[in-house]
Amino acid sequence: MLTHFINRGNKSTKLGFGEGLLEAAILNERVVAIGADITASVGVDLFASRFPERFISLGIAEQNCVGVAAGLALSGKIPVFATYGVFSALRTTDQIRVSLCYNRLHAVIGGAHAGVSVGPDGATHQALEDIAVMRVMPNMTVLSPCDATQARLATMAAIQQCRGPVYIRFGREAMPDFTSVEMGFQIGLAQLVHEGSDIAIIATGHMIWEALQAAYELEKEGIHARVLNIHTIKPLDETAVVIAAKECGVLVTAEEHQVAGGLGSAVSEVISKQYPVPIEFIGMNDRFGESGTPHELMQKFGLTSGDIIKGCRKALGKKK
Amino acid sequence: MCYTLTNDLEKLGLLARAIRQSVVRSLAEAGSGHLGGSLGSADIFTTLYFSVIRHTPDEPLWPGRDRFILSIGHIAPVLYATLAEAGYFRKEELLSLRKLGSRLQGHPGRDHQLPGLELSAGSLGQGLSVSVGMALALKMDRLDNRVYCLCGDGELQEGSVWEAAMSAAHHKLNNLTVIIDRNSLQIDGSTEKVMALEPLKKKWEAFGWQALECDGHDFRSLLPAFNKARMELLHPSVIIAKTVMGKGIASIEGDYRWHGKAPTKEQAVAFLRELEGGIQNIEH
Repeated sequence: MLTHFINRGNKSTKLGFGEGLLEAAILNERVVAIGADITASVGVDLFASRFPERFISLGIAEQNCVGVAAGLALSGKIPVFATYGVFSALRTTDQIRVSLCYNRLHAVIGGAHAGVSVGPDGATHQALEDIAVMRVMPNMTVLSPCDATQARLATMAAIQQCRGPVYIRFGREAMPDFTSVEMGFQIGLAQLVHEGSDIAIIATGHMIWEALQAAYELEKEGIHARVLNIHTIKPLDETAVVIAAKECGVLVTAEEHQVAGGLGSAVSEVISKQYPVPIEFIGMNDRFGESGTPHELMQKFGLTSGDIIKGCRKALGKKK
Repeated sequence: MCYTLTNDLEKLGLLARAIRQSVVRSLAEAGSGHLGGSLGSADIFTTLYFSVIRHTPDEPLWPGRDRFILSIGHIAPVLYATLAEAGYFRKEELLSLRKLGSRLQGHPGRDHQLPGLELSAGSLGQGLSVSVGMALALKMDRLDNRVYCLCGDGELQEGSVWEAAMSAAHHKLNNLTVIIDRNSLQIDGSTEKVMALEPLKKKWEAFGWQALECDGHDFRSLLPAFNKARMELLHPSVIIAKTVMGKGIASIEGDYRWHGKAPTKEQAVAFLRELEGGIQNIEH
């Protein structure tokens, strides 16, 4: 075990995104932000009030927002466009594909309201397909930070280090904030947040906290679970995934997203080719979310630490 | 150094003819592609690249250049022919159109490093948004470069175009000029039958644009429209240029079936002979 992570207090990854955007904008005057009406709801209000001359309001017109981002990027700006992921990634898929990805333009697309933890707004506003659609786009980088601190670092990295289009997803609900700045953030490099070699839990986003709680519980039974934080879905840290498969012999993936096309698929693609081992998937199984409190929904759809533990037991049963 | 622009009508007519000839040659060699719109917009391209936009073919990325965005990527052959005519690359390369490894992709692709190409495009309804982004960035940086975007008329059926139109007027992008190749045809036939666009001028005006109409084959009509757009201080401008699909080849003019077709080599010989015969563009 490296660190026993503790929750310093709940904070939304949306807020971390907003802080990272502001910090990157202070350092680099080329950073501009596009608003599609719900700026406060996606954390862009911090930037807009500090840099009104670099904030571009385009209204509820997401397809145009992505095209405008492409034009800004072609003209030397680093555009950041965030709205709910169901709109920023899914309504605009063709614009992202052609205007951004095919043109290899450095723009940061933020997808808020990721997962069922959005809560009472219900299915239309819960982004559960964004990772799948974004990760099949050539040239695209896909980030999925696990807490507010990491969302801040990921946003800064997306703005400062990337050269092409980046999609970064974040949630609405205040969730445990437990990682530290000292842990750093390197795009494409998975983080080992809990050591173990009986089983590996490969997770992303809010599910990292749940995976850690699962690992702490399993530890009490003498089961040492490795937990890998896949904050970068693409490019996936294949080395870390394959090493986990080799050293642990069995895997569980966990994500607040459809298993099909999501992290579960991405991990399967790697291990089925390089080192096949039994695998269990925790995530949404080909269905829409619904209204409820975030906690109720995480329970209903099997996205809690308890569900991860169950998945681990099932997977361990298949271990050769 | 900025390319020397001209208002010499005879010279423009000769250039337009040469561009049409290049279009016919490259499409015949490719065996597929969009002839109708490429010929129909040749006079607009000639006006843009030889009379209107500031550009430097020997320094394609010159920061002082005006930006030209082709939103309807399918008429790439006329863009390529124009760029070659202006000296961005050798005209022989036009014969590589649509072939494996070519810099001249079926729809423009920047990955293939063709000089003078500002945007990979081909999915309709996106070019105007990109142009709005460019015009916004230029304004933010207090630069006086202008942005020109060519849209098709059928393309205006895409809702995203109107999102972009709304935003350009909202942000008072007087540095942006859109040209609409108004040939009134699309693949399935007349635009007014497929999905009516009229009253088109009124639509743009209602969206807050200075809307101008002109004859898209008459330089004496096109040039003043571009001048008027340049003088406008508060609004983006749209030039609705009335054109004839397939212009220059009498037997295919106005025939929507030539939207997405290339001539056979035999047809091309006849088309080139016909183009050689007259410069109808300045005879209006």
